[in-house]
Amino acid sequence: MLNFLTYLVNGISLGSIYAIIALGYTMVYGIAKMLNFAHGDVIMIGSYLIYTFMVTGGVNPLLSVLLAMVCCTVLGIVTEKVAYKPLRGASSSLAVLITAIGVSYLLQNLALLIFTANPKSFSPVITWEGISLFDGELRIQGVTIVTIITSLIVLVCLQLFINRTRQGQAMIAVSEDKGAAALMGINVNNTISLTFAIGSGLAAVAGALLCSAYPNLTPYTGAMPGIKAFVAAVLGGIGSIPGAMIGGLTLGVIESLSKRYISTQLADAIVFSILIIVLLVRPTGLLGKKIQEKV
Amino acid sequence: MKKKLMSVLLAAALVSSVLAGCGGAAPQASSEASASEESSGQAAFKIGGIGPTTGAAAIYGSDVRDAITIAVDEINAAGGINGYPIEYKFEDDEHNAEKAINAYNTLKDWGMQLLVGTVTSAPCIAVSEKTKEDNMFQLTPSGTAVNCVQYDNAFRVCFSDPNQGSASADYIAGNASLKDKKIAIIYDSSTEYSTGIHDSFVAKAGELSLDIVSDTSFTTDSATDFSVQLQTAKDAAAELLFLPIYYTEASLILQQADGMGYAPVFFGVDGMDGILGVENFDTSLAEGVYLLTPFSATADDELTVNFVKKFNDMTGHIPNQFGADAYDALYAIKAVAEAQNVTPDMSVSDICEAMKKGMVEIELTGVLTSPAAITWTAAGEPNKDPRAVIIENSEYVLAE
Repeated sequence: MLNFLTYLVNGISLGSIYAIIALGYTMVYGIAKMLNFAHGDVIMIGSYLIYTFMVTGGVNPLLSVLLAMVCCTVLGIVTEKVAYKPLRGASSSLAVLITAIGVSYLLQNLALLIFTANPKSFSPVITWEGISLFDGELRIQGVTIVTIITSLIVLVCLQLFINRTRQGQAMIAVSEDKGAAALMGINVNNTISLTFAIGSGLAAVAGALLCSAYPNLTPYTGAMPGIKAFVAAVLGGIGSIPGAMIGGLTLGVIESLSKRYISTQLADAIVFSILIIVLLVRPTGLLGKKIQEKV
Repeated sequence: MKKKLMSVLLAAALVSSVLAGCGGAAPQASSEASASEESSGQAAFKIGGIGPTTGAAAIYGSDVRDAITIAVDEINAAGGINGYPIEYKFEDDEHNAEKAINAYNTLKDWGMQLLVGTVTSAPCIAVSEKTKEDNMFQLTPSGTAVNCVQYDNAFRVCFSDPNQGSASADYIAGNASLKDKKIAIIYDSSTEYSTGIHDSFVAKAGELSLDIVSDTSFTTDSATDFSVQLQTAKDAAAELLFLPIYYTEASLILQQADGMGYAPVFFGVDGMDGILGVENFDTSLAEGVYLLTPFSATADDELTVNFVKKFNDMTGHIPNQFGADAYDALYAIKAVAEAQNVTPDMSVSDICEAMKKGMVEIELTGVLTSPAAITWTAAGEPNKDPRAVIIENSEYVLAE
């Protein structure tokens, strides 16, 4: 039983990382209706910034994360203005998707140029050891607890922001119908920029937590967790903010338990099979809204 | 309209960059002709190198590139090979088979006559198909997979994967303090390198009745979280963790094992070489890590001291095994070419035939095994003894 608990905790700590990345994905998708495939790479850039501030510059860890958030926010707004906005009127949404993949490669190669490919070992932002239960048999790492708490805070803040503020209401309006929103006097471009700003700021936080848990920083660090988090967002119902959280945690736990009890080699295959099954039964994901197509 | 044009342009740029990967193979036939013309015009050996100088395995490729540069400069300063100087060009493959083929074609266009490469296994196998077709002599410093030298024109300086696996098992069984420990293995099931070593280690450990209590794997796509694999090893009470993987993942495993308070003896192979070079890595975690590697930069014979000093002056760090492999590769080529009277005006294919014949006849005393010598078999495998190294005070020290 204790054994099972240990693996469950491992799964939750992995899942909490997926969850916080998925929040950024789902936020941008929910409002701008585009898959920002470069999200994972913004996380990587954020981590490098924190590393630079903290290790090279000797800045306080918390301040480094804040500085990185500011930089990533700017990066998010700039990418949106330069790469995505000109394509917003394009006939197919495929163009934006392809551009996002392009931006992802651009960021990876930029990082490769600036920071080189040699892996850097990230100094954890969270130095708290965590808690030990059952005479040290079960250890919950500090970074796991901080990640879960941070994800919950982010989740609540986002929900409040979207449902209670004028800007948030504008976001919902834009996501439902851009044309009608513009007619109602909402500045669609600014609203979408704001979405990207928030999403990219979150990416810096996710980067800090991802690299504190798995302290290996390369230009490809964000890519795979980004994809897994995307899967988590789809599993939870893409566009739904609580769904991203639940999707992330579910994915982490399934991955961990299938590694332990079924096979380390088949873990990924099992994770993705479960995704397919969930989508067959509930095409909009666990918490996704049913969308009725108008004829 | 403007927007539309822009989007089409962007998409086109992306598609063309993807297609460029396939296009590289086309101009082969024409390049062969130009290569031989060029080489007959200039009296110099054109030696090409291929390896990752960017990407996840960049440490290996850049060390190989720099070590070859040192060897080429030394050989040229001492009068070249048979009186002819060496011209040398190195291309990046990012540890990617397709890009390695492109790099190979680029080098052939340049007029390459001998290939030192490639550095990593999967690209090496892909390129060996090409060198076989062109009958170009290929000497890989560090392609360890069995199939890297499956054709008779290809040789290697490093050990093969099975060789590393069984040598590791031999070493553990022969070491009084290690042989009774319960063993756990974590390997990368998505690379040929890691699975190759793993399979031969397990087979040999069975023969030597070593006690393997846990055997788990990961893939390149799940190479960040090792908590489950480590927990499984810990639950099985394993006291020795065999890690036939690259140092990038190994550094994460060391950190995560430390985080969960698990401290077995770690035992790696040549991929572990480089772990002390990870920037900002807490090297105290690597204290006491064993690795089986053919090269020790702390050896005190004249050859090694000279090479390590030159390398350190040039790059600012101590060479890893890959650099040493590449350095010896150049001297092996020199020795064979001189024994067989190879000259730059010979065709690529004639050079290859002479090199193949000469390779099995030489005895090379290089930095890897000095003062002992390396010999080669016709199958392309080197005969040499591995050395076990242990990390002490953040340095690689020869273990007895």
